[in-house]
Amino acid sequence: MSLDMLYQEIILDHYKNPHHRGLREPYDAQVHHVNPACGDEITLRVHLDRDTVADVSYDAIGCSISQASVSVLGDLVIGKDLDEAMALQEEFLTLMQGHGKVQPDEDRLEDAVAFAGVARFPGRIKCALLGWMAWKDATVQAVARRAATASAAMEEES
Amino acid sequence: MSAGSRATYDVVRVRKDFPILSRRLAGGDQLVYLDSANTSQKPQSVIDAVSEHYQVHNANVARAMHQLGTESSQAFEEARDKVAAFIGAPSRDEVVFTRNATEALNLVANVLGLAQGDLGVRAGDQVVITAMEHHSNIVPWQLLCQRTGATLRWFDFDDDGRLDLSQLDELVTERTKVVSLTWISNMLGTVNPVSQIARRAHEVGALVVVDASQAVPQMPVDVATLGADFVAFTGHKMVGPTGIGVLWGRRELLAQLPPFLGGGEMIETVTLERSTYAPPPARFEAGTPPIAQAVGLGAAIDYLSELGMAAVAAHEREVTAYALARMREVSGLRVLGPTEAVDRGGAVSFELAGIHPHDVAQVLDSRGVAVRAGHHCAKPAHTRLGVQSSTRASFYLYTQPEEVDALIDGLDYTKRYFGGS
Ligand SMILES: Cc1ncc(COP(=O)(O)O)c(C=O)c1O
Repeated sequence: MSLDMLYQEIILDHYKNPHHRGLREPYDAQVHHVNPACGDEITLRVHLDRDTVADVSYDAIGCSISQASVSVLGDLVIGKDLDEAMALQEEFLTLMQGHGKVQPDEDRLEDAVAFAGVARFPGRIKCALLGWMAWKDATVQAVARRAATASAAMEEES
Repeated sequence: MSAGSRATYDVVRVRKDFPILSRRLAGGDQLVYLDSANTSQKPQSVIDAVSEHYQVHNANVARAMHQLGTESSQAFEEARDKVAAFIGAPSRDEVVFTRNATEALNLVANVLGLAQGDLGVRAGDQVVITAMEHHSNIVPWQLLCQRTGATLRWFDFDDDGRLDLSQLDELVTERTKVVSLTWISNMLGTVNPVSQIARRAHEVGALVVVDASQAVPQMPVDVATLGADFVAFTGHKMVGPTGIGVLWGRRELLAQLPPFLGGGEMIETVTLERSTYAPPPARFEAGTPPIAQAVGLGAAIDYLSELGMAAVAAHEREVTAYALARMREVSGLRVLGPTEAVDRGGAVSFELAGIHPHDVAQVLDSRGVAVRAGHHCAKPAHTRLGVQSSTRASFYLYTQPEEVDALIDGLDYTKRYFGGS
């Protein structure tokens, strides 16, 4: 399998110039995920503004695939409606787990389609998913925390 | 090691014994297998021994009263004899078969936790390991300490990957119950001064456990003079099959230790209230053992003995010295561990400036060069050196200098690929 299929130009560009990098305030949830196989690590924060993903910020060490992937994730979900962002996460997951047989929708996944080739390198799928799984985890926590705060506030009122 | 026998070490001929080494990879690339510290390749004689066992002799051991059962039991016990002879064990009953080195180390840690009397590890005791251990020789001791209230301590190592022995008397004291260390580090390649540490440990009455997973495959081993009380190693790294490992233990110690797993084969007699246990080694081999794997390990030992472990060690040293020399030519490459082939095994971990090990390994793989990338189950050792992960090339008795050249060419290509210098 050719290397260029894995290391698409877009991936290398994001790797060399990652977007949204660095941990920022404010945030509603922060998670730390590792890839136990290789030790790659990410700390990721999610900030929600009502039903919009207001910010995703992170600090990560890892290979080109994992770094580029979280950079692309940020581009894709920041500013999006929460449900839409979750749907995109699902789509990316399906693409990665599709053994290279899933046709990605470029209009929806944008730069993330560059990762289609990664699905053919089973050893690298976890790298591509590291940031996306962390984001989902953080987002679910942020939503749960908001719901808990809201119900606490309601109880206080009643 | 005489120059004469070195001259007779014919790596090209040795390679012919390993069918996998001549296979082609995707794109027609020749395989350059530099991951033997992870698992070694197998010679035809080992493959045949396993296959012949299944074709002709297969039966359970010890409990089958028919001819096949007798043959199978004999083959299994013969493998034990071969292991005992290969490592210089004073008695065959000191050789316990396990699934791998990991199980062997867990076995020792567990039974020392369970033991009554002097051998038992208890609250207030100390267990000493090193910062360069494989996770298999860290986690079992952490578990033991958590369960018993003992304290875990460790030797540090310096930037060149050598243990800091100035800590020896301060670390290994009257409170020390067990010292467990690797003979050869699978990450740094360091060969540790086991005998010197064992001497101090025995002075203070501590037991010495040696993880010889990387040592037994690479050099002559004589457990009778090593100074260790227990030695663990694993078949698949010494041209044997997966699924078989060995725990060697001094006979009088094994005899005093309680069972690890309970089940068939490890008992003397069983009533519903209680059981009495077989003497070692059977006491520590509950259930149907890895029979075909033991037979394969026996064949592996025959193979290694025929080459001669002194010759294997000399070859390993030569290839490693060549690799270290060539790596010095690669700008941006930093070797993690000893940079000279002195007291050093054939695993060389390194960093390539600005390029993540995953990416290094991926580009090398696209050229047929198989190396390992990650923390090599030695995360604390990486942390000690301030790196998150590394790339590791490891050499063995079938590695030729041309393969080191392929690695170096691959590294130059990797740097160009990622737009480096
Ligand atoms: C030094 C060392 N100890 C222990 C092990 C564990 O061997 P196994 O996985 O066969 O139990 C290895 C191999 O990975 C090793 O290199």
